[in-house]
Amino acid sequence: MAATGMDVKYVAHLARLELTPGEEQKFGAQLGQILGYIEKLNQLDVAGIEPTAHAVPMVNVTRPDEVGQSLPTGRALMNAPAQANGLFIVPKIIE
Amino acid sequence: MLNQLTISEIQEKLSRREVSAREVTQACLGRIQKVDGRVHAFLSVDAADALAQADRADAERKSGVADKPLLGIPIGIKDVIAVKDQPLNCASKILGKYVSPYDATVIEKLKAAGAIVFGRLNMDEFAMGSSTENSAFVTTRNPWDVTRIPGGSSGGSAAAVASDECLCALGSDTGGSIRQPAALCGVVGLKPTYGRVSRFGLVAFASSLDQIGPMTRSASDAARVLTAISGRDGRDSTSVPEPVPDYAAGLTGNVRGIKLGVAREFMLGGLDPEINQAVQNAIKKYQELGAEVVEVSLPHSEYAVAAYYIIATAEASANLARFDGVRYGARVDGRDPIEMYSKTRGAGFGPEVKRRIILGTYVLSSGYYDAFYLRAQKVRTLIRQDFLKAFEKVDAIISPTTPTPAFKIGEKSEDPLQMYLSDIFTISCNLAGICGLSMPCGFSTNPKLPIGLQLLGKPFGETTILNLAHAYEQATAWHKDKPVL
Repeated sequence: MAATGMDVKYVAHLARLELTPGEEQKFGAQLGQILGYIEKLNQLDVAGIEPTAHAVPMVNVTRPDEVGQSLPTGRALMNAPAQANGLFIVPKIIE
Repeated sequence: MLNQLTISEIQEKLSRREVSAREVTQACLGRIQKVDGRVHAFLSVDAADALAQADRADAERKSGVADKPLLGIPIGIKDVIAVKDQPLNCASKILGKYVSPYDATVIEKLKAAGAIVFGRLNMDEFAMGSSTENSAFVTTRNPWDVTRIPGGSSGGSAAAVASDECLCALGSDTGGSIRQPAALCGVVGLKPTYGRVSRFGLVAFASSLDQIGPMTRSASDAARVLTAISGRDGRDSTSVPEPVPDYAAGLTGNVRGIKLGVAREFMLGGLDPEINQAVQNAIKKYQELGAEVVEVSLPHSEYAVAAYYIIATAEASANLARFDGVRYGARVDGRDPIEMYSKTRGAGFGPEVKRRIILGTYVLSSGYYDAFYLRAQKVRTLIRQDFLKAFEKVDAIISPTTPTPAFKIGEKSEDPLQMYLSDIFTISCNLAGICGLSMPCGFSTNPKLPIGLQLLGKPFGETTILNLAHAYEQATAWHKDKPVL
């Protein structure tokens, strides 16, 4: 685990986050510090340990495949920044 | 003043028709008018709606409704929980003018129990923070000293209860966000066992760690509200089909023979001496009450903060991907959707949220997943095993809730790592999925600031820790002290 130079710009791009150059620099330094702290996890021997995804002793929780209540279209659209004809409007995706 | 009483006391008065729900609600609203200009606990209050609910509660009581356990009780709601037709912002700009189209399960349950659900309580943006300084709108003040933070992320909820603006508030806890502000503001705050309370309608931060819980002025109040909001929910597949007891009925106040664990790792250096003293005194008090104190070890405690900031940020990076300007919230236009997402998120998220999304994305990214995320999940297993092993010997674990009393606004805001380390006692509880609460156990002297005692219980061991808290309250008066505002 290398705590060095996270490419903040690249990771921000993966996360679809536009950062100012100032933010890139500031976050880079702060995250470098945090990653340095996280290094301590390397001190532990985790051989043979199963990962815990979540603490609840349940698996494969299912329900019958029955149609139930859904949010009506109007309610689902009520907070849309742009909408028309029951659809969310977004910038063109395909040229 | 009605707003200063506990839920139990108000229920007594309501059932004897001494007061009306309207009077109780008006007392809370009046208090908010008087002090919230200085405390800033509430982002908004729909007073008309609150009074309409109060009038309905009064009408129902008059018509003989007797099976609604919280009828007429005003409860404030953290801005991260969906209430139908009320704003839902998570104290962020990115949700813009979002109004929730639906009620969270806990809100449905509170309404069915007759409670008056009102207000949007301030918090750290998307529940990321320990001081409420990360709110995009305002920093809530600690009612005991308004130059200090109330804790976070449920700082508004804690401050509102501590300043008598409501009888109870709901908060959410992912790494300590109910317990830490409860400690710093001198109130009771409970994080249920993971899966005890449905997360449907709770805006997700870290899906394997989040839980909603009550913040109140007494353990028995917390017990009442916990019963009302708990239970399996078909809409949250992580909620557990464990029966919901009447938690208040389980409060015997008798703790003879209960085994209390003191973890040596939690009593180490860096702990404020007055907090150490207050916790030692509380341990002695429990011994006087007949509890047996046993030393236990949680050897992986020192790795909890590191493991948490990998797991929680990784989950958050996935959960916050939905805020992209497409279906709701604020939008900054772009030439194509990717640019729209990037600009919207760049403009809408605050710095702490951005830091955590970046960190979370990094630890999940190709080439780093095994070294970071997978390793952290294994450390999580070790931490959980520590607790399960300790609970073979003891019924509950006692510790300080925080390493220091409330710090000054601005003191840690430029140092994220320092801020993270203030969660050192609360964080492992979420990783292990167990239950925990904080309650008042004393004050620092100069200035007078609350000190919190933490009780950690086994999975679904809420009855034990609530009873321990209740017993302590019968034998002490810390929880009765109120800030001067």
